[in-house]
Amino acid sequence: MVNPQMVMYEEEFTQIQTVVDRLVKEANAKVVFIVDKNGQLIAASGDVEEIDTTSLASLTAGNIAATGGIAKLLRENEFATQFHEGENQNIHIQLVGNRVILVVIFDTKSSLGLVRLRVRKATEELSKIFEDLVNKVQEPGAASPFGEITDDDIDSLFND
Amino acid sequence: MSFINYMAREINCKIVYYGPGLCGKTTNLQFIYERTNPDAKGKMISLATETERTLFFDFLPLSLGEIRGFKTRFHLYTVPGQVFYDASRKLILKGVDGVIFVADSQMERLEANLESMDNLRDNLAEQGYDIEKVPFVIQYNKRDLPNVVPLDELRAELNPRGVPDFEANARDGTGVFETLKAVSKLVLNELRKSGAG
Repeated sequence: MVNPQMVMYEEEFTQIQTVVDRLVKEANAKVVFIVDKNGQLIAASGDVEEIDTTSLASLTAGNIAATGGIAKLLRENEFATQFHEGENQNIHIQLVGNRVILVVIFDTKSSLGLVRLRVRKATEELSKIFEDLVNKVQEPGAASPFGEITDDDIDSLFND
Repeated sequence: MSFINYMAREINCKIVYYGPGLCGKTTNLQFIYERTNPDAKGKMISLATETERTLFFDFLPLSLGEIRGFKTRFHLYTVPGQVFYDASRKLILKGVDGVIFVADSQMERLEANLESMDNLRDNLAEQGYDIEKVPFVIQYNKRDLPNVVPLDELRAELNPRGVPDFEANARDGTGVFETLKAVSKLVLNELRKSGAG
């Protein structure tokens, strides 16, 4: 396979969640979430009950993919930052280490300047965590628990 | 590229429906959405034009149940089938775990099917995937229509390797879940292989 498998362990998840929780507070944001480039939600914090995070994750990844496609056409490496301004809410999207996407949703209680400042710091921390995670996944012995599943396990999913 | 989350005890996989314009990719997803228990599905998203042609993708998240204590989630995507949306199709194939090729069985669409199959092979290769190695199934859709190509002929043209294939009529749901189950099983088998390796 071209890409290494994306795996999330408890240790890294806790570190990521800490960064995300802190970013919500420090940026006065409504919601902060992290998505991988394929649209899988990794972590979220803030008023997440009010929003459909699965859909948001998939659309954000689609958005980043489309922007990446535009960048390629213009012979740019990436457009690492995007900002969408609404009447009541705004959304700041930041590519982290070209692997994952950090999304901040905020309203009038915050400002673009503050969000950018806090996102910059969080991006550095997250880059490091994800880099370590990728190295860990590539270590020998990091096999998935699915090596031992049986045909019956798979069949049982479809017995409805 | 599946995503295994040990913290949430979840495994997420991405399935892409591919095929020529108007072959019924979105109709497959709509049928799955309508017939799935509300607990097992999320919202279906369609990024479509005003005339309801897929512009970027449709998206439907599904939960299948648990394997060894891990929740299995499948994210279903369609690509836009129209020829000129090729740049978007490439993007959607990124990170794919399994592909369903939906063929339009009508006589006059045979060439469009072949063109789309070639396009799939090229676009997968561009992402670094080999069509012969990716979990892959074929669905012959619109079998209820009068002017269809005989099954043997379609098979010979589109499925020389003999991957799992199914006749379908996505409008009334015939063959829709069978196709999805077949590719899901192949994806999980692939996971088992990579896990064991």
